[in-house]
Amino acid sequence: MKARVTVTLKNGVLDPQGKAIEGSLGSLGFDGVEGVRQGKVFDIVLTDRDAEAAKAEIEAMCEKLLANTVIENYAIELL
Amino acid sequence: MKSAVIIFPGSNRDRDMIKALEKISGQPVATVWHTETALPDVDLVVLPGGFSYGDYLRSGAIAARSPIMQAVKDAADKGRHVLGVCNGFQMLTEAGLLPGALMRNASLHFVCKEVMLKTENTNTAFTSKMEKGAVWRCPVAHHDGNYFADAETLAQIEGNGQVAFRYADGTNPNGSLNDIAGITNAKGNVLGMMPHPENLIEDLHGGLQGRAMFESVFANLAAA
Repeated sequence: MKARVTVTLKNGVLDPQGKAIEGSLGSLGFDGVEGVRQGKVFDIVLTDRDAEAAKAEIEAMCEKLLANTVIENYAIELL
Repeated sequence: MKSAVIIFPGSNRDRDMIKALEKISGQPVATVWHTETALPDVDLVVLPGGFSYGDYLRSGAIAARSPIMQAVKDAADKGRHVLGVCNGFQMLTEAGLLPGALMRNASLHFVCKEVMLKTENTNTAFTSKMEKGAVWRCPVAHHDGNYFADAETLAQIEGNGQVAFRYADGTNPNGSLNDIAGITNAKGNVLGMMPHPENLIEDLHGGLQGRAMFESVFANLAAA
């Protein structure tokens, strides 16, 4: 089974990379971009298991390694 | 006074640190590979600078979860002294031994230059022989040194006097909140800092200002 974890910066955490991308989009002529926040995506392949157990396992992975919860939020999606 | 430097794959300031510790303490320095699970009997454990695991995922993140780090946490809990410089500071925040996080420099540039540091708190084993409020020159070399903590944590750190060093004279190279360059934990036995005092300990370095920090910690731990 597959899962996707999306890690994003929490609100209020400065994202200089997002700002640089926003600036670059503007210079390419994309008008009306009000903000860009950069994040990370992890596609995880797990041995087959019950969906609840998979979610719990991935949540533990996020808490222990994939996200730094001081600055980042995470979202888990089973695919 | 015994010290140990932990070496991770991608550490590159480990030898500078070992030399500095040896020269200033006059004692041999133990080295510990990251896969070990126990520390030798030392008073000071140092996490050196570098690019452990290529800075993959987040700087210091994977090193902070390597086998030796449980022993480092246990040592810190028992009141032993732990110093993390640069990548070592990033590991200490990732391991939860110090509050906050070190993010990409606000400029997005890797900075390798000298900054001015102000010694804020001389009431720790690491800084007691330093002059409070003194401003000194120190090299930095990092891409992810932008200190961040939420407002509540920041207020706590400031309130407890946990800021050991601040960038001074407008030389904040990375956008760190409150110009924070180095912090301790609440107990004061764990110090993390982005600048490299180990690279300012002999005349060929162009200055000796980094020595005072090592002399402080050695004098205090030898007396303990």
